[in-house]
Amino acid sequence: MVTAKDIPGKNCISLILDDQPCLAAETVNHPEEPILLLAHADCRMLRKAVDAVSIEYEPLPPVHTMEESERQSTIIWGTDNAFKSYLVEKGDVEAVWKDAAHIVEGEYFTGAQEQLYIENNGVIAAFDPEDGVTVWGSLQCPYYVHKALMALCGLPEDKIRVVQMETGGAFGGKEEYPSMIAGHAALLSIKSQRPVKIVYDRMEDMVATTKRHPSRTRHRTAVSKDGQILGGEIEFTIDGGAYATLSSVVLSRGTIHAGGPYYWPSVRIRAKAVATNTPPHGAFRGFGAPQSLFAMERHMDHIAQVAGISPVEVRRRNFLKPGQTTTTEQTIREDIDLDHLLGRALELSDYAAKKARFAEENRSGMRKKGMGIAAFLHGAGFTGSGERYLNSLVGVEAGADGGVRVLVSSAEFGQGTNTVLCQIAAEALALPYEGVMIARPDTTVVPNSGPTVASRTAMIVGTLVQSAAQGIKQTLMKTGLLGDNYTPEQFRASCGQFIRTHGALKSYARYEAPGDVYWDDEKYRGEAYAAFAWAVYVAEVSVDLTTYAVTVDDFVALQEVGKVLHPVLAEGQITGGVAQAIGFALYEKVVWQNGRMINNQMTNYIMPTSADLPPIRVFFEQLGNVHGAHGAKGIGELPMDGPAPAIVNGVEDAIGVRFRSIPLLPEDVFEALQPEPPRQQGPSSTRGTT
Amino acid sequence: MRADPAEFRLVSPGDLQVVLSLLASEPTEWLPIAGGTDLMVLYSAGKLPNRKLVNIWNIPELRQIEVFPDTIRIGAACTYTALRGHDDVSREFPLLAAAASWTGGIANQNRGTLGGNIANASPAADSLPALLVYDAEVTLISVRGNRRVAYRDFHQGYKQTALAADELIRDISLPRRFSGYVSHARKVGARNAQAISKVCLAALGIIANGAIRDARLALGSVAPIPLRLHETERSLAGKKIEPSLIGTVRQSVEREIRPIDDIRSTARYRAAVAANLVVEFLEKLATERTRA
Amino acid sequence: MNPSPGTGTKCQILFTVNGEARKVLAHPMERLLDVLRNDLALKGTKEGCGEGECGSCSVLLDGMLVNSCLVPVVQATGASIVTIEGMSAQALMIPLQEAFLECGGTQCGICTPGMILAAVHLLEKTPEPAPADIREGLAGNLCRCTGYQQIFEAVAMAARRMVRK
Ligand SMILES: Cc1cc2nc3c(=O)[nH]c(=O)nc-3n(C[C@H](O)[C@H](O)[C@H](O)COP(=O)(O)OP(=O)(O)OC[C@H]3O[C@@H](n4cnc5c(N)ncnc54)[C@H](O)[C@@H]3O)c2cc1C
Ligand code: FES
Ligand code: FES
Repeated sequence: MVTAKDIPGKNCISLILDDQPCLAAETVNHPEEPILLLAHADCRMLRKAVDAVSIEYEPLPPVHTMEESERQSTIIWGTDNAFKSYLVEKGDVEAVWKDAAHIVEGEYFTGAQEQLYIENNGVIAAFDPEDGVTVWGSLQCPYYVHKALMALCGLPEDKIRVVQMETGGAFGGKEEYPSMIAGHAALLSIKSQRPVKIVYDRMEDMVATTKRHPSRTRHRTAVSKDGQILGGEIEFTIDGGAYATLSSVVLSRGTIHAGGPYYWPSVRIRAKAVATNTPPHGAFRGFGAPQSLFAMERHMDHIAQVAGISPVEVRRRNFLKPGQTTTTEQTIREDIDLDHLLGRALELSDYAAKKARFAEENRSGMRKKGMGIAAFLHGAGFTGSGERYLNSLVGVEAGADGGVRVLVSSAEFGQGTNTVLCQIAAEALALPYEGVMIARPDTTVVPNSGPTVASRTAMIVGTLVQSAAQGIKQTLMKTGLLGDNYTPEQFRASCGQFIRTHGALKSYARYEAPGDVYWDDEKYRGEAYAAFAWAVYVAEVSVDLTTYAVTVDDFVALQEVGKVLHPVLAEGQITGGVAQAIGFALYEKVVWQNGRMINNQMTNYIMPTSADLPPIRVFFEQLGNVHGAHGAKGIGELPMDGPAPAIVNGVEDAIGVRFRSIPLLPEDVFEALQPEPPRQQGPSSTRGTT
Repeated sequence: MRADPAEFRLVSPGDLQVVLSLLASEPTEWLPIAGGTDLMVLYSAGKLPNRKLVNIWNIPELRQIEVFPDTIRIGAACTYTALRGHDDVSREFPLLAAAASWTGGIANQNRGTLGGNIANASPAADSLPALLVYDAEVTLISVRGNRRVAYRDFHQGYKQTALAADELIRDISLPRRFSGYVSHARKVGARNAQAISKVCLAALGIIANGAIRDARLALGSVAPIPLRLHETERSLAGKKIEPSLIGTVRQSVEREIRPIDDIRSTARYRAAVAANLVVEFLEKLATERTRA
Repeated sequence: MNPSPGTGTKCQILFTVNGEARKVLAHPMERLLDVLRNDLALKGTKEGCGEGECGSCSVLLDGMLVNSCLVPVVQATGASIVTIEGMSAQALMIPLQEAFLECGGTQCGICTPGMILAAVHLLEKTPEPAPADIREGLAGNLCRCTGYQQIFEAVAMAARRMVRK
């Protein structure tokens, strides 16, 4: 039995701020907060042990919504319930209102979303007085867990070992949470002096672990007569839950993406992450961008209406062009042509013809059809100065038999990391793909190449793998063991020779920030990302007026992601992301009751099955050239950003109702079509329909 | 897994008479388990109150489908897959075959049984509205003998049935007199597979001389039990399907049902969709008629 | 078997697993899933939900696709069970494996054992499936990674190759 008193080190899950305890000692700040750990040799006995525990709580006033938190009548975190706020200011916003032909306002909401990886969180920890703590687990970032365990167990670096095992899906859900469950297993193992395994069941995993941050975005935009954005204010607020965890970083990405792929002559973005008494919200594919981009892309359709132009035209007139600056005043140096991308997406989806046909057909019948578009961007890699702080290190080693191993802490959990990194190393070394292996991410074997997040692996880590691999080649060439235009056999022979005379053959590459990158963390200004991926998505939807259900009938996902390293894997990332985003838009609703998820089962938290998804047609366009391994930009998160606004824009096209909130369930569509408001708010009452 | 298997008994006599004597020996103690698709979910969640179970999955008498001149008799432990795959059932009782095809996914259909769906008595069960409109009769069996109960009298209240503690459902008989009817079935769930119904409709109708001769309507998930809409049916009899009728039918449906707000949906939504489904059926009835 | 073992009594269960006769001593209400994973060390059968929703625990029980999390082991007495580990012996496996690889039918892989078994079950019953058959046949198997599309393509490709043979 372990309580906070048994913690050898610091009682916290060390991450950015060390505010989250590993075990609550005096206060619990959300309904699922761990207090006491129990282990038993027979896991089935544990239920009885748990039943025998009773905890007496003295209730404190809770805060369950962002609005309550902002009101600050009850303070549950810090002095003002705010984990973090950012202010982005470009140009003089105050000056634009007077010249505006239209001032367009809107408020948009997105709900929490569960990652719902099919494999729940699970770890094994073993303590040995000599070696310290070893953890094997289903996780994304071995060095996050490593850092957290050092603080928690009060052990030095070399007495903590973290090994990533095959991980059955993650999507961000195994970015920060594994430090918690690994911490619990480690504490139990230290106390019991036995290995301890903890595997959550689905109900535990869903109720206790992180979800996508719910958000609210308010837009107030000055627009010219012909639909051009003159400037505007954006207020972006996310619900961080009870502890700070990664909210500041999620907020940052959401903030930087809030202006979409458009040119804002002036803008003021105020962003805030607030505390509520729910389990902390955390990393989930897209990381704040799907939230603020949903608002932006819904708002663009609204601007189009007010300005009396089409959704296509409003985007055309406002797209960022090379040489222009983003909201953070990053100059677009890429040779991007969003107009072209949009044109191509419209062509691929047969947009114009279908839109016209649907307008005609919608006059009768119970199935109303519509077309919706979303244009967006996604910054690859860590925000701003993030990559510089990470200071990632990557290794490549060759054995005496010429076998090459990539040494990175970047984990595979379905995104194709292992394939792509081996492919990059093989290409750099002119070896067949089969000649390169990747080491299991184990903190005693691999250097810290940074967390496996933020679509950074192919671009940032891939580039480092490329240089480390080239390092091997150069070493062999410098020692005269290898000439130009070598064969794989010659490579193998030279490795053997090298190792026999000089010992191990390893090469490391460390991240070096490009010299000209400027980022100001204070003013939130500068080069937010090394590169952006760009996309235009088109959704064809129908609304069934018998059931009020929305279905997506066809989906075109066109993107510019630099060089596509592996077409099959890349397509899989896009279809998978689009599917998750369709869930985000139309199916997946977390039902909260007093800060607790009450539909924490797969039977009532609804993710799409194979019978619910449209054909997802994926296209890549390659325009510019950027740095990154062979010009690859991030791809993993991008497809999460666009589908929700494209779909809801399509719904508006079909039935003329301006929905501002997702998930958009049939109940919401129904309520919006009723002449009178609901008598009483049901569990899935509409929020934010006009 | 939140249950401890060591605390449970499960016996598997493989013989109907032995099962019945066991049920009779300690009534209320023993719980039959067929495909387990309801029971095992409860059990794994640590919510199954009973500790003694008796297996009826392997009783041959319960797994037959027999076709007689006037009826089709379906053994209680027939699976959804068996129902879908049976030619006569699919042809003559399409509403039941449709319900079977909606139930969970394929793996669930390979295990879930009609008897289990009936005994489990969920208001959201998909096959039950079909049984109502087809005038199904269930045969209950115990050591005391057999008795037949019309399905409409079987399901008595929320999760309450006419089944005595020592009884099993032996079979379900469907009278073979509906093949001339136009049928319409629709399930409205949160997704297209693996979904519990928010509303589901089973409807039969027949037109004579341009007017509705007989309409039979049943809905799931709109009341504590699957509901036959007798009032609405009566209001339809003898009427022509015209726009004026649609409005009154809508009101009548909403009057007859008693939907609630729960984790899956809202009462308002259920009421509106229930009415829409009935209207959709009438429209189908009208067009099938014109085509004929 | 013993017709009425008391609470807490294990019973002996005989069945065939992947073609081999096996005998286990287990509580009768033990889930088939747990017996496969814990007693027989066949870890390819996964638990994603424990309530019949996700299909990652799918196995073939006398040729029928079932969710092993919902089968009390006693009900598998005398049955022939095929798990993913036993698939290598099946003729369908190689084309399916190749097609999954070529089409990108696997990302994290946690759903894959169940998907493969569902695909085998489908192709055995419907050797030339229409797209709608594939959608329906796999609808009880949730995949959070792929969006299913590449899985459909893989199953369709395997079917074409099998039929051609
Ligand atoms: C993933 C999943 C999806 C599902 N989807 C649907 C759906 O879409 N629609 C739907 O309606 N249901 C659905 N269900 C519920 C379930 O599959 C059905 O209710 C099924 O018909 C139950 O049959 P069974 O044989 O598995 O029942 P069991 O679990 O074996 O038993 C259920 C109850 O019936 C009793 N019982 C069983 N047979 C008899 C008998 N012959 N005599 C007396 N009592 C008996 C048992 O004692 C128990 O109380 C779903 C379940 C799961 C797990
Ligand atoms: S674990 Fe059995 S269906 Fe999910
Ligand atoms: S591949 Fe990850 S769940 Fe299907």
